[in-house]
Order: sequence, then C-alpha cells, then structure tokens
Amino acid sequence: MELVRRQFDYWATTYRRSWKGSIISSFVNPLLFLSAMGVGLGGYVDDSSGPQSLGGVSYLAFLAPGLLATTALQTAVSESSFAVYGKFKWNKVYSSMTATPLRVVDILNGNLLYVGFRLATTCAVFLIVLAAFGVAGSIAGALGALLSAVLVGMACTTPVFGYSAWIKTDAAFAVLFRLGLIPMFLFSGAFFPVDQMPDTIEWLAYLTPVWHGVELCRGFTLGSAELWPGVGHVGYLLVWIAVGWLWARTAFQRRLVEASS
Amino acid sequence: MQQTTDIDPLVRARGLTKSYGHVEAVRGIDVDVRPGETFGFLGPNGAGKSSAMRMIAAVSPVSAGELRILDLDPATDGPAIRARIGVCPQEDSLDMEISVRENLTVYGRYFGLSRAECRERADELLDFVQLTDKAGDSVEELSGGMKRRLTIARSLINRPELLLLDEPTTGLDPQARHLVWERLFRLKQQGVTLVLTTHYMDEAEQLCDRLVVMDNGVIVAAGSPQELIAAYSTKEVTELRFGAGEHEAVASKVSDLAERVEVLPDRLLLYTDEGEAAAIAVHERGLRPIAVLVRRSTLEDVFLRLTGRTLVD
Repeated sequence: MELVRRQFDYWATTYRRSWKGSIISSFVNPLLFLSAMGVGLGGYVDDSSGPQSLGGVSYLAFLAPGLLATTALQTAVSESSFAVYGKFKWNKVYSSMTATPLRVVDILNGNLLYVGFRLATTCAVFLIVLAAFGVAGSIAGALGALLSAVLVGMACTTPVFGYSAWIKTDAAFAVLFRLGLIPMFLFSGAFFPVDQMPDTIEWLAYLTPVWHGVELCRGFTLGSAELWPGVGHVGYLLVWIAVGWLWARTAFQRRLVEASS
Repeated sequence: MQQTTDIDPLVRARGLTKSYGHVEAVRGIDVDVRPGETFGFLGPNGAGKSSAMRMIAAVSPVSAGELRILDLDPATDGPAIRARIGVCPQEDSLDMEISVRENLTVYGRYFGLSRAECRERADELLDFVQLTDKAGDSVEELSGGMKRRLTIARSLINRPELLLLDEPTTGLDPQARHLVWERLFRLKQQGVTLVLTTHYMDEAEQLCDRLVVMDNGVIVAAGSPQELIAAYSTKEVTELRFGAGEHEAVASKVSDLAERVEVLPDRLLLYTDEGEAAAIAVHERGLRPIAVLVRRSTLEDVFLRLTGRTLVD
C-alpha cells in the first residue's frame, strides 16, 4: 500500500490539470440527458402507456438510475482505454515508473484507485443533479446508488485495463466500443426493461456487468432493493472486477517486464 | 580458488542470459562493474546491449545465469535495488502532460522522498542540467537535447550509487552531446558509477574506463579503450584514396607494407604502427594516390573489425 500511496502526487498533478472541465461535463451531461429523455421523452411515454407499465414509477424515475450506471460505464471506459494504452505506447509513463521501487502491481493498483476516484466524483455530481430533479431517492438510497455506480464502473474498468494493455494497435478500440461499450449502453436496461427484448438479447444483457449495476442503482433510488438479488448483483460485479484485475495484471506484466523493449 | 578483489563489484554477472521466446538476445555474458568507474557496452543495433541493461536495471528478469546488483538479487530484491540506482532509458519517457519541474518532483515521490526533499532536489537538478529557466514549461516545448538532460536529471532524483544510461546521446546535435558528456563527467568525478550503452565510439573513448564490445548477444572483446586498440588494431592507420575501381588492384601491391590491408569502395586502409613510413613506401613504389591520410587508430577501427561492416537494422 505504501508503494501505491507514493503515486498520489502524480495522479493529483494530472487531475489538477483537468478537474474543472471534468466537473463541468459531469454536471452538463446528466442535465441534458434528463431534460431530453427523462422529461421530454418520459412525458410522452407516461402519457401513452400509463404508470403501471414501469411498475408504477415515472419514466424519469426509471431512467435516472439507469443513466447513473451507464455514466459509470462511460467514465470507466474513457479512463481505461486510450488513457491506459497511451501510457504504454505514447508517453511511456508506466515504463518510467518501472525503473523506480514501484512494482507492476503497484502501478496497476495506483491507476485503478485513480479511476475509482474519478468514478466517485463523476457519479456524485450526477446524483446531485438527480436530486435536483427529485429522483435521487432517500439519502441512504442515493449513497447506495453511488456505491453501486462505483462498483459497476470498476467492473467495467479492470477488464478494459486488461484489453488496453493487451492490444497491439489503438485500432482495436473500435472493436471494443462497437461490440462492448455501445451495446452495453443501449441494451442493459437503462432505457427500457430488458424483458421487452427477444430472449437471446435479454440473456446477453444479464451477462453484462452494466445490467447488474443498473438493477442495483435502480433498487436504491426507487427504494425497492431486495437483499438476495442485491447480493447476487454485487457478487457478480466483484467477479468481473477480480477476473479483469487478473487479466490486467498479466497484460501489464507482459508489456512492462517481459517484452523485449 | 575465488578471485579476491579489494572492493566488491556493484554489478556482477556470470553467464547472464536473456531470451524472449526462442530468441536469445543475451547469450551468457560475464561482467564486473567496479565502484566509481564508467563502464560501457558497445555494439551494433540488436547486439543485446539494451536487454543486458534492462536486466541490470532490475526490471527485466534474468533468463539464465547469475546476476547481482549492489550485492542484491534482482529476482527477490527488485524494489530495493531500484531504490538505489538511476535509469536513463533510450527513449525519453517524460510525462508530456505535466511541467518540467513536476516531472522531477512527482518522480521523486516514487522513491519515498518527502515533498520538501523532492522540491529541493528538483531545483538542484534543474540547475545541474541547465534547465532552471524552463522549470514551469511543458515538456513538449523542450528541444531533444533538453528532454535528454531532463531525463538524466530525473534519473538522479534518488541520488543513485549506480547510474544506467542507455544510449544517452543518440539523436542529439554536437553541442547537446558535449553538454551531456560534460555533465556525465562531473557525475563521475563525484564518485557515481556509470554504466552506459552506446554505438558512438568517440563517446566510449571520452567516457569509459572499461568497456565490452557485444555482438550477437555475446561479448567479443573487453578492456580499456587503449587496451582494445592495442589488441585489435595497430597504432596508426594510413588511408589511401585512388580512382574509383582501382583499390582492389592497388591492394595487392601494398599488402606487405602493413599488418593488415582493408579494401573499401572509396579507399584503402593500411593498418600499421608506422603510418608515415607506409605512406612514403607507397610513393616509392610509384603509386600516386589522390589523397593520403595518416591517423591514430580509434575504437571505431576496433569496433568495425570485431563486428564487421555489414549494416544491421
């Protein structure tokens, strides 16, 4: 842990250069999405299908936790795709760290902690906006949703770290974005219940970490969370984090230590 | 019986080997680097110099053989070794997103230095590499030579006992190279042990007390620059230039005038201890070269003799 702590100044210096822009976009994005889709599209949905179709809640209240989870997904991917790849390939930041007492596993964990921090701040701002729209739930519910969002964000982060350390060219990100990020964003139950979809797609949605994150966040903001399904979601997300971490560690080790240059 | 020396070497390698899959980059080398000396790895591209350096930097694991650095085992004491050495990699790995000075202060923290120590050392090192007035600039604005100096400064942030430099002046213009050499010489005077790789012979002659020439993963020669010249070349070289295409024919007429005659497309090289005498003898045989140059043998002659003139990419 001491060797991870030594990286604090590096990440703080990096964050200081970008925090204003990132805080502003964390405010503006949910504002735009909730206004257009929650209020605009939501009013239309509620009028035409009635309140019982979404289990008695407005579309805005249904959508809000879904957007929170997908924001965690997007933040996770943006902090662990080009941001990680570039530190191997473009500015060799990781490689310069390996010449110090830091070990590969310290470098990986230091960076993951920074992503965790970015997830927590982005999602906290998001929840403030949700509260302004009256859809953040109780205080305990909002805190639970925040933790859930960070959890699903990390479940998307560690595998993408592995992917970014493993690929040879940055063209491979197009595959990740088209086959991973965009389908998960659209089909993980953030915008509509997945049981609306054909069985195959519904089951694919259950396999993604994002669907479990959406369910957790929604359970917390709507106050409808149940214990055992919740434990299942958390456990499943922890498995994603652990497997992704093992892959990332192997890929980092290969790239930084075992490669010929 | 074990060979005894006054002081233990800082780096001791026996049969040191590095392989990547089926490719053997370093094939069993023996090296001793003594405290206070400047030790060089010379060799063409692909000779295994950088692979050897990465093992000595306690980053790349040893594939076979024995390696001790500062009397520690890199396989088990990597962090402890890296805490006491400095590494200046071949490619500058500076962080472009933070300032010149932050590149030093942030790096010092990885070694467990306090913020105050980092600030103090950063200012001291910026002064040492003459970048004080660039402290607040972004790294992107620096020239190639400045980036190299900053990388060297960064490698000194932990006041290393042993400094590893992988091709420290490759790609720099002559002024920048001389400034780097001068700074490295000052470090040497302060007692820092330097290990460097280079393919510049003048750099090796300027800086190195002892060096090894590597080719194809093995050491093909070892010694001080003077010892290597004495062993693998002659005191002097007489260069003769004739018309295009005449060199082969002339070579046979002068082969007895030198220990060794080398035919190049544009000139003949006569390796001899008496360069002037050889030049006079050539004229006495009625040969009229377009140009004659008598010069001292350099490490470059040694290097090309040992590693050949074939281009390696």
